[in-house]
Amino acid sequence: MIRRNTIPFGPQHPVLPEPIQLHLVMENEKIIQALPAVGYVHRGLEKIAEKKDFIQDVYLAERICGICSFMHSQNYCQGIEELMKVQIPDRAKYLRVIWAETHRIHSHLLILGLLADAFGFENLFMRLWKVREQILNIMEKTTGARVILGVCAIGGVKRDITPELGEYVLRELDSVEKQLPELMDSLLKDYSVKQRLVGVGVLPKDKAHELGAVGPVARASGLRMDLRETGYAAYGDLDFKMVVGEAGDCYDRTMVRVKELYTSLDLIRTALKRMPQGPISVAVKGSPPADEVLARIEQPRGELNFYIRGNGTRNLERFRVRTPTFANLPALLHQLTGCELADVPVIAICIDPCISCTER
Amino acid sequence: MVNLINSIFRKLTSPSECLRYPFVKRELPEGTRGRIDIEIDKCIFCGACEKRCPANALKVTRDPKSWTLNPYSCIICGYCIEVCPKKCIIAHKEHYSPNV
Ligand code: SF4
Ligand code: SF4
Repeated sequence: MIRRNTIPFGPQHPVLPEPIQLHLVMENEKIIQALPAVGYVHRGLEKIAEKKDFIQDVYLAERICGICSFMHSQNYCQGIEELMKVQIPDRAKYLRVIWAETHRIHSHLLILGLLADAFGFENLFMRLWKVREQILNIMEKTTGARVILGVCAIGGVKRDITPELGEYVLRELDSVEKQLPELMDSLLKDYSVKQRLVGVGVLPKDKAHELGAVGPVARASGLRMDLRETGYAAYGDLDFKMVVGEAGDCYDRTMVRVKELYTSLDLIRTALKRMPQGPISVAVKGSPPADEVLARIEQPRGELNFYIRGNGTRNLERFRVRTPTFANLPALLHQLTGCELADVPVIAICIDPCISCTER
Repeated sequence: MVNLINSIFRKLTSPSECLRYPFVKRELPEGTRGRIDIEIDKCIFCGACEKRCPANALKVTRDPKSWTLNPYSCIICGYCIEVCPKKCIIAHKEHYSPNV
């Protein structure tokens, strides 16, 4: 019988940017079982949310994640608006889509860069992050901050995009789009990169469904699930087309993200073009009633759920966060079982883990 | 291969993407939310900002008249700017320096 060894992988690991520990039970180089250990960055955020005023919670929700922060505040605001039956102006919905999609682009570029870094392609990593810098500049110019935008509010948004800023955004997007093909070719067509991605960490469609995978992980396995199809915010008016893969391996997951970059670029352009004139927010009076709501949104990593229960006061009774990485962890463990040790970083990065928001 | 050579030559002949930081500083766009400050003569010490601050970074007292901000707690959310009835809180463009 082959002797089994257990290797602790993480929470600090040079190629894995997130603090998760994986206990890998190994037989030679092969992983027999992977067990996760989380809890390194728990912040007790749900409890703080109950102590604070529901408007202060917008800023708190925004700080759940440091990458897709705007979407957390958007989801929270959409939840509270549904709870309090507030109708927000159309222009605010379009502005929310624009900022949410810039967040998706910067998040995807970030993880594609980290993926390149994980298989040792440092040059590509730097160049992807250089393009990402332009997206961050767009956010900085339109909102006053680079990642934690702080522009989403209950009842709408706080800043507007003027026609001049809109022109600037379009110019930057064109420049980003011009640079993408060369980088994406290195990522998707390069022989050595393909060797690291094709057929690695396969998640079949039925398994993806069974394990409750979400976001690009599920879509790469062929599941058609993207909440943007439900048409929340202004997505209903923007001719959104879902990107779906087939094979469910690391290569398809990367490809889905790459194609989503282009979808997001198109969505921002269309939103800027079709954005109606008018106010950007409405005044909201009162407190959330004693009722509950489940707010859902499509984040770069998948479906984000907030359960919000009010009690008629300015504080919330309960605020529960379920992030997409939490839903993708069982799928990750399934992919790791049976793979080689050298593939672990690539597989782990391909689910785009965000452990800090998972532990809240 | 052609791409690689192309890319190398392009990079060799184009200027660096990075700024020479301590000598050249990045231009911050208009409307950047940076360091929070107060125009103290306009302040009426009502305490609205202290009550709303999500990070408990502000301390306002009426007697003696004082308004203090803990820059280590402030998350630069800008909520205090919105609620101030006298509009006397301002956000500078530049950020807190490490030796605040
Ligand atoms: S809200 Fe404005 S006026 Fe009132 S204490 Fe704060 S800074 Fe002064
Ligand atoms: S910017 Fe936000 S955290 Fe800072 S003092 Fe004002 S309310 Fe408090």
